[in-house]
Amino acid sequence: MSEEFKVEIVNPEKSFLSKENVTEVVVPAFEGEMGILKDHISIISFLKPGIIKVYSKSEENKYFVEDGIVEFKDNNLSILTSSIYNMSDLDRNKIDQIVKEAEKESTEDNIDDQKRYLIDQKIEALKNLNLN
Amino acid sequence: MASLDDLKKRISSVKSTQKITKAMKMVAAAKLRRAQENAEKGRPYSEKMNNIILNLSNGISDKENAPKLLTGTGEEKTHLCVVMTSDRGLCGGFNTNIIKKAKQYFQKILKENKILKIITVGSKGYDQLKRQYKENIIEKISFKDSKNINYFDADKVGKIIIDRFKKNEFDVCAIFYNQFKNVITQIPQEQQIIPLKSNEEKETSSKDSYEFEPDEDEILSNLLPKNISTQIFKAMLENSASEQGSRMSAMDNATRNAGEMVDKLTIQYNRSRQAAITKELIEIISGAESL
Repeated sequence: MSEEFKVEIVNPEKSFLSKENVTEVVVPAFEGEMGILKDHISIISFLKPGIIKVYSKSEENKYFVEDGIVEFKDNNLSILTSSIYNMSDLDRNKIDQIVKEAEKESTEDNIDDQKRYLIDQKIEALKNLNLN
Repeated sequence: MASLDDLKKRISSVKSTQKITKAMKMVAAAKLRRAQENAEKGRPYSEKMNNIILNLSNGISDKENAPKLLTGTGEEKTHLCVVMTSDRGLCGGFNTNIIKKAKQYFQKILKENKILKIITVGSKGYDQLKRQYKENIIEKISFKDSKNINYFDADKVGKIIIDRFKKNEFDVCAIFYNQFKNVITQIPQEQQIIPLKSNEEKETSSKDSYEFEPDEDEILSNLLPKNISTQIFKAMLENSASEQGSRMSAMDNATRNAGEMVDKLTIQYNRSRQAAITKELIEIISGAESL
């Protein structure tokens, strides 16, 4: 039996990615990274800033997301996100730029703890990207 | 009857108007294609979002403590209407149709002695509503400066709405926009976003139990504000496609009418030119005869 399922990533502007033959997807869920294989239980969860890894038999793709929701049901994985970047499109300059913007945002006073946590997560995730 | 010179001037003026409307039609057609593509591409996101929320709200066990954005405040006293129109005119009945739909709703609310508050998005809506409902308009938003519709703008509107909701400024929120069906048909829509109305789809959504991480409440309270922005974004996309479609058909009509007018005027021009020549000939001949 095949081990493959379907993944779809959509952002408000368009359907970002639709793939039928993925074997595993790793998403940065709110309470830690979560790997999803075929026949996973139905689940809805949040994303925090981090990397989505999409594995298929032949290739491996990485995407950076800032937020989003994942829904897995009947071997369909839907990821809704408002900001997503393909890792191969990101270079150091761009990452630095996003980090700078996030850092600026985190210095503002009028944000609540949860938001600050998310921003910190984002900065950390981006900084880790820089290393590899 | 107008003199030959006048006719000539009118013909050329109608012709130059026709050139403008024709150009506008071309531009609208080009923009329409893009807008339509965007609208279609944007649909999966809002549909998925809606589905997830439906599944969530079906699964929620404790309705009492559910977020207010979902269930409402329990009252229906104050209505907030978000009227979404374009920033530019010359697009046929596009804006008027939305306004008409909105006004019907306003009248219904006022008749029931409820409080009406209006937010207008797009300057044309404000222009048309300010005469009658000036004191009801609490905010006007316009995105004249942003070239393309983007999620960021929609998010701004969404945040304004949520802020006002949190301050208990209203109980029910509805948005008005035109849904794009095809180039000649746009349907003015009224959609209630707070409290969320679960529409007929309820039966189709499965009763599968989901696993939630973190728990339902937290997901819902995070998701609902996003859903509002998404719905507004969807409305903006539909609106822009409708605007271009409406403009295209309006300009197409205008071009055709201008063509007809030019034809009519040309006939009139030729007739009176002929009449003038005949008159002159008669004058010459009768002058010669009398000699």
